[in-house]
Amino acid sequence: MITLGDYLIVSGILFVIGFAGVMLRRNLIIILMSLELMLNAANLSLVAFSRFRVDSTGLPDYDVQVFVFFIITVAAAEVAVGLAIIVALYRARQTTDVKDISSLKF
Amino acid sequence: MSPFLFWIFALLTLIFGAAVVINRSPVASVLSLVVSFLGLAALFMSLNAYFIGIIQVLVYAGAVMVLFLFIIMLLDLRAEEGRQINWLASAGGLAVALILLGQIFSVVGHLTIAHKAFPPLPGSTIDDVRNIGAALFGNYNLPFQIVGVLVLVATIGVVLLSKREPR
Repeated sequence: MITLGDYLIVSGILFVIGFAGVMLRRNLIIILMSLELMLNAANLSLVAFSRFRVDSTGLPDYDVQVFVFFIITVAAAEVAVGLAIIVALYRARQTTDVKDISSLKF
Repeated sequence: MSPFLFWIFALLTLIFGAAVVINRSPVASVLSLVVSFLGLAALFMSLNAYFIGIIQVLVYAGAVMVLFLFIIMLLDLRAEEGRQINWLASAGGLAVALILLGQIFSVVGHLTIAHKAFPPLPGSTIDDVRNIGAALFGNYNLPFQIVGVLVLVATIGVVLLSKREPR
């Protein structure tokens, strides 16, 4: 029997994988991909809660799924802008390594 | 959905998600991310969220990943060559991630509703596209239009960002 907790655990592990990617990797594109993993982990737990919380008509909570739809839209826009910034940065500095971009570092 | 299929797709998602972080070549990372997102779409469908699953395949595994691949091709990135790793910083990052993982496990373990199975749905078919559409264009009409403006702003911003400055 699959419980709500199983989905939450999978979502949590996926979030931690994305978090570790942001902390450990130095390639900006990989960091952006890890951010996507974290966003999708949040989506998975939202959809699991939506399925768990059935209303009086016996259907899943569709407000949550509309929210997930918005998250996916905003994430797609975020990826487009982030990749454009990476391309502009690569043109200026010829690198995508975060270690080489430290002008603002204190 | 049978527990067997759930664990197959959950393992697929997690293993290829970990491969995204572990792989040294960016192209291998992107392809792992595609497989991970396909597994995630299957998990969404196992939760009877068919529309979200389809959107996941179309938007993420389709559009966003093509964008990533295209940028990697454009920048001609190679696999990171063996630069020395800052072991102290890596260990610190890994420790923070593991502490977060332990915290998530303890929170889910103490959540009483986490041990309950999902309630059954009334029929074998559910009309989820119609219901999401009704919510989207009824209750959430204003946020939907604001998201439309946001996507427009992002499009204009990307064009401006990638325009070459005249010298």
